[in-house]
Amino acid sequence: MDAPKVKIYGLVAEFETPTQIVDAANQAREAGYTAMEAYSPFPVMDLHEAVGFKRTMLPTLAFFGGLTGFLTAFSLTTFTSGGAPSFINPFLPDWFYYPLNIGGRPLNSWPAFIPPEFELTVLFASITSVFGMLLLNGYPRLYHPLFNVPRFSRVTTDRFFLCIEAKDSKFDLQGTKQFLEGLQPYEVSEVPE
Amino acid sequence: MATDVSTKGPDLRPDPQPPMVGGHHSFDSMTEKITGVIFAATPKGWIVGFAIAFMILQVLLVSVTYLIYEGIGIWGVNIPVGWGFDIVNFVWWIGIGHAGTLISAILLLFNQTWRTSINRFAEAMTLFAVACAGLYPLAHMGRPWFAYWLLPYPNTMQLWPQFRSPLEWDVFAVSTYFSVSLMYWYIGLVPDFASVRDRAPNQLLRMIYGVLSLGWRGGSMHWHRYETAYLMLAGLSTPLVLSVHTIISFDFAVANLPGWHATIFPPYFVAGAVYSGFAMVINLAVPIRHFYGMKDFITDKHLDNMAKVMLATGLMVFYGYGVEAFMAYYSANEFERDLMMKNRVFGPYGYFYFALIFCNGLMSQVLWFQRVRSNEAALFVISLVVNVGMWLERFVILMSLQRDFLPSSWGQYSPTFWDISTYIGTFGLFLSLLFLFCRVLPMISIAEMTHLLPESHVHSHKDSHDHSDSAHGGSH
Repeated sequence: MDAPKVKIYGLVAEFETPTQIVDAANQAREAGYTAMEAYSPFPVMDLHEAVGFKRTMLPTLAFFGGLTGFLTAFSLTTFTSGGAPSFINPFLPDWFYYPLNIGGRPLNSWPAFIPPEFELTVLFASITSVFGMLLLNGYPRLYHPLFNVPRFSRVTTDRFFLCIEAKDSKFDLQGTKQFLEGLQPYEVSEVPE
Repeated sequence: MATDVSTKGPDLRPDPQPPMVGGHHSFDSMTEKITGVIFAATPKGWIVGFAIAFMILQVLLVSVTYLIYEGIGIWGVNIPVGWGFDIVNFVWWIGIGHAGTLISAILLLFNQTWRTSINRFAEAMTLFAVACAGLYPLAHMGRPWFAYWLLPYPNTMQLWPQFRSPLEWDVFAVSTYFSVSLMYWYIGLVPDFASVRDRAPNQLLRMIYGVLSLGWRGGSMHWHRYETAYLMLAGLSTPLVLSVHTIISFDFAVANLPGWHATIFPPYFVAGAVYSGFAMVINLAVPIRHFYGMKDFITDKHLDNMAKVMLATGLMVFYGYGVEAFMAYYSANEFERDLMMKNRVFGPYGYFYFALIFCNGLMSQVLWFQRVRSNEAALFVISLVVNVGMWLERFVILMSLQRDFLPSSWGQYSPTFWDISTYIGTFGLFLSLLFLFCRVLPMISIAEMTHLLPESHVHSHKDSHDHSDSAHGGSH
């Protein structure tokens, strides 16, 4: 292959229905392509599996986020209130130890600490889900080579795109183009880097 | 218009194929319709409406400025009624917000596709209502520049907030609620910002919405993670919304005071919050679908469903009033009984109690009738009445403070000019934000709406496009 003047990010094929894009992604995967991604205006069921992705680790992350939130609130309320077992208290810094003796009520009033614990669990788990999702997806990323394809702007309305990237070991400009055209797309275009 | 297949009379089967999207829409026409509002010239009605809302907002600014200058002595609060309009309005606004979360999270988990067209502005309503609510505790501090003392942070005074106090729980609950609602709303907007970006008529708008969309391009793995995150947020918001109003009810119920110290408070506060919230959603949905021609998206079926939710929660609230009265009698406690009868029902604000029973208990009973539920104007009026009723409920509860255990410490509360102007002013804030929202953001979720269309489903090879399965939504 000649070294192209413009560096190529990949080849993108445009489809008109969700059924076509799933079929196309399945065929591309079966043909041995790995570095590819399918784009759609709304979530298409199982499309990510057709492209060859596995389940996301996001729920696991969110669980540990929530656990962190709980432990944060638990230690915050318990330690500062002097509710920890007494052998721990001498090790707490002054600024983290603030027992309030109110009518001799127990310092470790754990039922009263449940609301802050619950709220921080939810807060941390939510933050982890949202920012985890964005970071795993690589957002924010305002520039992407695909935006160089004028018709790609329809990906947010009614068109479906399958992009096979140039970094795929099986990628070959002519061969891959022929393969994509064999999938009966609306159009196949090159994506300049 | 869509054919109305809603069943007549009591039918407990799920509706077979509710017409959740009216008219004949394609992906393109739907996206065009929703984003078109943003690109169109500013409607005259919008300018007038926003101008009025913005003027009312100035009332808030003046009230709050004078409050900060002079102190909370300008309000009617004093001993024994140390809480007045500020907490009544705080609870009222927070309650209104809850319907947004209920619609966006709980109905999502229950796979109620009808939520799709109303969830965006219901969530916006949540955020703006919580913003209005949050003003009151801040203002009531008297010295709001010390508001950060509420937060637990290591400080040179070596003090920590009282983690056992319901008021401190409020800090955790309300700030978490606002943050999670904001994230949920924003995440929902990201793909729609991308839709707006891709249709923007000029470079400036393309850049603004492009930045807001974070560069969204709808990759399959992105959608997968997105849906996972969205579903998890829904799962987290559901107990959160229940906890928030539960904790707010603890502000009252934890106090050892006749009329407040009741275990019925958390459930009936939550039901009341949802009740007033749905009323507010109807109050907003009816004008929006009119002025923006969104009747294909916010159909009569939506109003009907919301009215049913109002009826159900209204009955729960009414039951709560009954239990309150019964428990006061059954406790055989003279303070409870006196408070119920001599203060609440026949006391200085007794007529408020009867108004409350009318607004919240009796008025909503007309929703049993299909003819009422299908009449927009009637629904709009009933929702207004319910919102008034829910405000009265909080006021009536608050007025328990007028009658303590000792007659020597009794007193009477009446709001001052500044109490009332602050309350009116928050409507200015709420409406101004809503007007801005309708103008610059897609007010209906495009990605989720297009997903409701039958064309959005993957068919196996032998299927043709079968348009009858239009009710299928986000079940994955």
